[in-house]
Amino acid sequence: MPSALINVPARAKRGDVIEIKTLMSHIMETGYRHIASGEVVPRDIITSFTCRYNGTEIFRADLYPAIAANPFITFFTTVTESGKFEFEWIGDRGFSETASASILVE
Amino acid sequence: MTDSDHTTRRTFLGLAGGAAASGLVPIVTVRTADATPAMLSSAIRNIVGEANVRTGKVKLDIPPLVENGNTVPMTVSVDSPMTADNYVKSIHVFNEKNPQPNIGNFYLRPGAGRAQVSTRIRLADSQKVTAIARLSDDTFWSVTADVVVTLAACTEEAI
Repeated sequence: MPSALINVPARAKRGDVIEIKTLMSHIMETGYRHIASGEVVPRDIITSFTCRYNGTEIFRADLYPAIAANPFITFFTTVTESGKFEFEWIGDRGFSETASASILVE
Repeated sequence: MTDSDHTTRRTFLGLAGGAAASGLVPIVTVRTADATPAMLSSAIRNIVGEANVRTGKVKLDIPPLVENGNTVPMTVSVDSPMTADNYVKSIHVFNEKNPQPNIGNFYLRPGAGRAQVSTRIRLADSQKVTAIARLSDDTFWSVTADVVVTLAACTEEAI
């Protein structure tokens, strides 16, 4: 069962630079491992992560098998108005998850 | 006398060079599972095109010695004011010896306030990690760090 952990400050002052921390639970199977009988374990990774702030894309990442399991990504943004951050993870085998967090800007 | 000396030396060096070059071929074929320096440079070329990549401005925080290559914390930051006309467009991270040379691409906006990204990566071997930043004026800046890995990622058997 996929689950996301998001850390966004609940409130901030207009113009502040805040740090956003995100973690999505996912195996991130590289596609380079073998089982004992020699068969390759098929690749199953998250390939794309996007963050939107009140509908505008503010951060995007392309992920590769070299990203560790349970991708943890942190980045920064300047806050201009109260609203919502929306996060989206897209991956192999139709993987697609979303999460959101609100912020109050004074 | 000196002339013939030169000739022999040149011939010898030529032969040695040829031997070294042919000696490289089997090594490359044995290690097909690894990204070769050629794969790394072509992955970098895919991003930067014909542009010059200069050293500087970028900082890569990664432990020089890691016990477990399955999860290595890494932070890339770029010295940039992040204003509307001078900001970091993207950050690209590459490795030298994983099966694939790419680690991740991160696309930023001027509104980021600070050009810094952290994540956790996998390293299959002791190797170099390179981060390249593309600025808004389309110049590229890079930094490279050496990491020694005790327990390699990717190679263990799945259960």
